[in-house]
Amino acid sequence: MTEASGASGDGVERRVRVVLVDDHRMFRTGVQAEIGQTETTGVEVVGEAADVDQAVTVITATRPEVVLLDVHLPGGGGVEVLRRCAPMMGAAENAVRFLALSVSDAAEDVIGVIRGGARGYVTKTITGADLVDSIFRVQDGDAVFSPRLAGFVLDAFASTDAPPVDEDLDRLTQREREVLRLIARGYAYKEIAKQLFISVKTVESHVSAVLRKLQLSNRHELTRWATARRLV
Amino acid sequence: MPVATPRRATSSRAPEPEEPQPRKLYRSAEGRMLGGVARGLAGHLGLPVVWVRIVFLALFLADGMGALLYAVFWFVVPLGVGGVDAPRSVFETTLDGRRRLRKPDKGQVFALFALLVGAVTFVSNVQVGGNAGRYIWPTLLIGLGVVLVWRQADNARRAHWMEIGRRRRMLQIARGMAGVALVGMGLTAFLVVRGSAAQLGNVLTAALAVLVGIALLAGPWLVRMTQDLSEERLMRIRAQERAEVAAHVHDSVLHTLTLIQRNAEDAGEVRRLARAQERELRNWLYKPEGTGKEESEEPATLAEAVKRSAAEVEDKHGVPLEVVVVGDCPLDDKLAAQMQAAREAMVNAAKYGGEGGAVQVYAEVEGRTVFVSVRDRGPGFDLDSVPGDRMGVRESIIGRMQRNGGTARLRSAPDGGTEVELEMERAADA
Repeated sequence: MTEASGASGDGVERRVRVVLVDDHRMFRTGVQAEIGQTETTGVEVVGEAADVDQAVTVITATRPEVVLLDVHLPGGGGVEVLRRCAPMMGAAENAVRFLALSVSDAAEDVIGVIRGGARGYVTKTITGADLVDSIFRVQDGDAVFSPRLAGFVLDAFASTDAPPVDEDLDRLTQREREVLRLIARGYAYKEIAKQLFISVKTVESHVSAVLRKLQLSNRHELTRWATARRLV
Repeated sequence: MPVATPRRATSSRAPEPEEPQPRKLYRSAEGRMLGGVARGLAGHLGLPVVWVRIVFLALFLADGMGALLYAVFWFVVPLGVGGVDAPRSVFETTLDGRRRLRKPDKGQVFALFALLVGAVTFVSNVQVGGNAGRYIWPTLLIGLGVVLVWRQADNARRAHWMEIGRRRRMLQIARGMAGVALVGMGLTAFLVVRGSAAQLGNVLTAALAVLVGIALLAGPWLVRMTQDLSEERLMRIRAQERAEVAAHVHDSVLHTLTLIQRNAEDAGEVRRLARAQERELRNWLYKPEGTGKEESEEPATLAEAVKRSAAEVEDKHGVPLEVVVVGDCPLDDKLAAQMQAAREAMVNAAKYGGEGGAVQVYAEVEGRTVFVSVRDRGPGFDLDSVPGDRMGVRESIIGRMQRNGGTARLRSAPDGGTEVELEMERAADA
């Protein structure tokens, strides 16, 4: 994810309305400064929130297309925001999409927000250009995996001895695994496409499929994984 | 940052026999017969246990003084592990080191025998006293019951720090019940002896009524108190944990911030310090409990080794390395070689490709295969154009992997960065 294609490429043709949810004002200001120049990035920050209640209020009032959501928030964390905003997510035209943005390294935080319905997860070390790119991707309904998230997912779905309860959901296909592995190795979508001789669109659909499996798959495998890691 | 070792309460731990520490009087939890008083005293005074026991026995024969003294000791002196080893080691040297046949055990048998004899003499002595004899048996029963219950309490306490297996729980409960039953029987016998048997029913009803009344009155209060106590304990543990984190974070973060202020002009150094601090903080905060937070010991697993190498390279070259590890396995010789090659690749990536952004390190264990990839976004280079005398890549990475039965692939494109892929089969036995 080192290429900023989407936004900077298309210039200002596309606009995306974004709400920033983070309890650190400094961080919100920083992000705002980096992505908030609507003329160049196409991102318009329409609201900010510092805790769960504020977040729900602001999101309901402004109906943004994308919410940048911190994992750790006063009042229950990002998961709580996702839970209370669930009616607004869906597949509808004006659905609100969530992109988790966190400093957290803990797998349970990350997997938690993804299972809560976030469309992706990026770490706060991400560059401004990459973040803008990710926002547009989420707006398009795509999934956004950082290398670390890809690693967590591979880990969670890897080498399960027990037969999965639902074959379709509890297993990643060979291709999905390859795509994830390349993401974990730091490849951009374009590079993955080149490497696997497929189109970028196909890469995107694989990633979305993985995200769907992660959100829908029965809890069995994930719980087992978390238990093995003493996360629960 | 020097990791502050989580301190455990070591006060109740046994001081080593060699250490000339001030000896504190504890009842011994090991090798005891009743409450461990004699053994504890023996340890404290530096005398053989048998002597102490004989003294107690003699006092016991003197109208039960010993029993009283013993009970007082049992009641007052806390249980501990200390004071056992000095006399015991004396005994151990006299034998050929067979643990089971150690002399204290024989001494215990002897002491038990002596105790029996003493008890019989004592009882028969007192029973001559006629009327007093009617009180002796109830007293003995109560004493026995109390001893059983107290011992049980000691055991429960000991199990607390010794983590005795759960399989004995039934036995423990049975013993506790037996103790209670004995005390009950003794008390009943008292009542029967004092009054007539006919009054027993009345007395029992009255006692029961009083007990129920007390339970009704004090019950809620007792429950609340236990709840408060456990809550308070929980809070205390939490506060302790928080204090530990605070102390740790405090020290190292302040230290780093000071260094950053002092090196404000040196962007590279500031970045290095900040990265190192961030990594350590993360390590400290997000590492699962119980995996140990020390950095000093050698890494035993692949994930640890990869992370360690990356951290060291990061520290040395000031380039961020993003590490993703999938799966884990113990390190063997072949994997150690792979780790060295990986480290070499990381150093190269940091040195020559660090300007393009973070270096991506990815390690995966899949079945028997261990795969490591190191990728940078630097200018890249042409392996064939590297002069022959530059052995870094050829020897340290490719050569090392091949000698150990693995493979190394190098992909490098101008402006596309460099990627090193290392693959190794794990040793069969692991």
